[in-house]
Amino acid sequence: MNIGVVVFPGSNCDHDCEYVFKAVLGQDVTMVWHKETSVAGLDAVILPGGFSYGDYLRTGAIARFSPVMHAVKGFAFEGGLVLGICNGFQILLEAGLLPGVMLRNKSLHFICQDIFVRVENGATPFTSACRPGQVLKIPIAHADGSYYTDPVTLAGLQANAQVIFRYCDAEGRVTPEANPNGSLDNIAGIRNAQGNVLGMMPHPERCAESVLGNEDGQLILASMVEFLKKRLPKMVGA
Amino acid sequence: MPLITKDLIAQHNLTGDEYQKIIAILGREPNLTELGMFSVMWSEHCSYKSSRIHLKKLPTTGPRVVQGPGENAGAVDIGEGLCVVFKMESHNHPSFIEPYQGAATGVGGILRDVFTMGARPIALLDSLRFGELSAAKNRHLMKGVVAGIAGYGNCMGVPTVGGEIVFNDIYSQNPLVNVFCLGIAEKDKIFRGTAAGVGNPVIYFGSKTGRDGIHGATMASDSFDDESEQKRPTVQVGDPFQEKLLLEACLELMAGDLLVGIQDMGAAGLTSSSCEMASRAGNGIELDLTHVPRREPGMTPYELMLSESQERMLMVAKAGKEEECIAICRKWDLDVAVVGTVTGDGILRVKDQGKVVAEIPAKALADDGPRYDRPYMPPSYQDMLTNLNYDIIPDVKDANAALLSLLESPTIASKRWVYQQYDHMVRTNTTVRPGSDAAVVRIKGTNKAVAMTVDCNSRYCLLHPYEGARIAVAEAARNLACAGAEPIGLTDCLNFGNPERPDIMWQFVMAVEGIKDACEFLRVPVVSGNVSFYNETNGLSIYPTPMLGMVGLIEQADQATTQWFKAEADDIILLGTAREDLGGSEYLKVVHAREQGSPPFLNMDAEQALQECVLALIRGGLVQSAHDCSDGGLAVALAESCMSGPGRPMGAVVKLAPGRLRKDAVLFGESQSRVVLSTKPAHRQAILDRAERLGVPAAVIGVVGGDRLVVSLGNEQVAATVIDIPATALYDRWAFAIERTLKNE
Repeated sequence: MNIGVVVFPGSNCDHDCEYVFKAVLGQDVTMVWHKETSVAGLDAVILPGGFSYGDYLRTGAIARFSPVMHAVKGFAFEGGLVLGICNGFQILLEAGLLPGVMLRNKSLHFICQDIFVRVENGATPFTSACRPGQVLKIPIAHADGSYYTDPVTLAGLQANAQVIFRYCDAEGRVTPEANPNGSLDNIAGIRNAQGNVLGMMPHPERCAESVLGNEDGQLILASMVEFLKKRLPKMVGA
Repeated sequence: MPLITKDLIAQHNLTGDEYQKIIAILGREPNLTELGMFSVMWSEHCSYKSSRIHLKKLPTTGPRVVQGPGENAGAVDIGEGLCVVFKMESHNHPSFIEPYQGAATGVGGILRDVFTMGARPIALLDSLRFGELSAAKNRHLMKGVVAGIAGYGNCMGVPTVGGEIVFNDIYSQNPLVNVFCLGIAEKDKIFRGTAAGVGNPVIYFGSKTGRDGIHGATMASDSFDDESEQKRPTVQVGDPFQEKLLLEACLELMAGDLLVGIQDMGAAGLTSSSCEMASRAGNGIELDLTHVPRREPGMTPYELMLSESQERMLMVAKAGKEEECIAICRKWDLDVAVVGTVTGDGILRVKDQGKVVAEIPAKALADDGPRYDRPYMPPSYQDMLTNLNYDIIPDVKDANAALLSLLESPTIASKRWVYQQYDHMVRTNTTVRPGSDAAVVRIKGTNKAVAMTVDCNSRYCLLHPYEGARIAVAEAARNLACAGAEPIGLTDCLNFGNPERPDIMWQFVMAVEGIKDACEFLRVPVVSGNVSFYNETNGLSIYPTPMLGMVGLIEQADQATTQWFKAEADDIILLGTAREDLGGSEYLKVVHAREQGSPPFLNMDAEQALQECVLALIRGGLVQSAHDCSDGGLAVALAESCMSGPGRPMGAVVKLAPGRLRKDAVLFGESQSRVVLSTKPAHRQAILDRAERLGVPAAVIGVVGGDRLVVSLGNEQVAATVIDIPATALYDRWAFAIERTLKNE
């Protein structure tokens, strides 16, 4: 597979995403500079974490105007897999590829720690390797991760099984105490209605190796690779 | 041009003698711009005029040393063609005046020092000192400093993987912010700050120059008084996003065959970067200020040469490569301009609008500043500090209460409230996160890992600067050994009061001697460093705080060891011997409100044997956990091993033989050269045998397990339980103490 990792000015998890797909999952990776106007030839696009444009104005608010985002939108509309992690999720929201907004964490602080998420939908290209309801331990690292949207949109997300991950405790209970940032409905990750675009605040690329003491993140990234492998012949045929 | 008056000279913090020296160098009176340039370069902060003759004594060489002191950072070989580049620096004065920006720009400065060398920064650590959190001002300073470090480091994508914080009211008016950064580079691709090659272009890139930070270096070379808050305009304002672009642009520039030399514009900005690069190469530089990118019109040459605006760099490119350099800078949206040329006459010549506005031999500015052998003698109060009659201090009655008090004292309490605000995982190298004796990051592409620690017990240094400094070196190396790492290099950040006072200068000289002796004994080279004097307000000086950052190498990353217990039924083994070492202890401060006595006894032979033993045991795969006994002694070390891990707190049952020692000395004394190990029972005998062969005292003192920490004192026949506390209760006191204090707003 050829996985594209977009590099915005201020991206800082771009190398981590590159490393995990290359060295851990054995895939080809193309770094895509934000001024590129095409993502042709890529099998999936990763919008990595970081502080694109310094997070000035509002997280993701300037990055969505980068030339590459036009191409990413087109790629998404044609069914291409897009994963936005942390700042990448924030950019997807600002770009309108996913609904809702990010508010500042309830504590008003940046939070870096391991948290647990429950896999709410295991039938997606990003979670097929997970059991439904499986609890994953994944780190978060953000200051603006409190997901918010209007009640109608939220009801739609819930009805269409678009909420993919919810913050939970180690036993999988979705409780207010297990919610690290005040996110609405404990939401940690959502997909679009078509199912090919996922945004998540936790960092799967940070927990995909035994040397780091946790391989849960591999389930998400390997799900993507497996999905692409199965889909590829069809796309070539079409 | 205003006439150079006596007042003007004094305002520039120059003495009459120093001014005469300037006249002798120039053969004439300086103009105002030149006076300003001399004043910053000859400031204590930039010239090390009071410290240099003493710093020369430190051991700086060794088989692994690639770059010793004198460059932007030191570099040490770790094999496989790689080296680690590291340095620690202070940003104390600005952080008191404006905590967020002061700390943030401290992070920015040390990052630039490391990536200027061609290294990608992969880890940050911070040593912080504040007054007690009972005072609102201290809480404000701590919150601001932590937010500043987080704001800058997180945005840069460099993980803050560790550090330490100590609280003591002596730091209320002079908090310390010492930042350590480590980067990784290919050994034969280290860049240096040199302006070689007459005719080569000098290129400015990064942020525009503004009026901020003018005379920052001079401010950092003076004591504080009640008016210090008025110095806020001398504090720079950081922009981590610009710095991130600068970092990526630098590494891209360095990957090509474009550069001769490069240096960041830190303290003293354009002046220091140009004259230091020229001086190192024995050349001169001609600068034309007309081309310097600036934030506002009307800036004078004086302001342009002295501005400490952040996120700026000066590079000397190979002639003909200008356009390639400029293209890379533009790709990263940075301001860039050719602002000068390397010359062969050794003169830093500054032009503005076609007129020469300054003309000074580069070497005179950079290297020929004043040197002082300042008088030093111990203060009259020194004996009062160390003489402590322990008979007047009752032995501990309620050891449970004493342990809980220690665990919730902010110096010992968990720093999770702090490090959770730092991204400590970005770059996916952090194999041991904050909260163990040393932080560990793996080196991608190899099997290796690097361990790092920052240490200094400044109370020991107050009571005995020489012994305190030796202990700091020993403890740093011991922390690395507990992580399974062999020490390979050290950087220091020496924080002291006013060097013009003989008692302060005595503390400094003794501390440097202590570092020297301990480093020579343990064969750890000092490869970079920084001195911060004048940490003094209204005549009250901080405790001498020679902060050390030590780096160790782990050949097999999976052998990195942590301090917390791992499994029920593991044996607990204590290496080393307890003595009656209560002097200067955290216990005496917290429980008896005394900061007195002699610091613990340190025998370097025993220390070295202990560290070799710990390393051998870890490398032999015999050890489950290893934890240094330091602040709070054995009882606190045991409690930390029970509850500092990522899982649920564990219990332990421990029995100690006090011999003829006081109870409080056994539990809370801070005897050096001791480590608490845990091991699978199957390995117990192998550990005891190995320790015996290496001459290290070792005793099985207990077993991991249960849900309480139970410690009893006695012999084979009779033992009395002195500590018995549920592990969760220990955890609650320790883990949330700082949060609780801060929430009382």
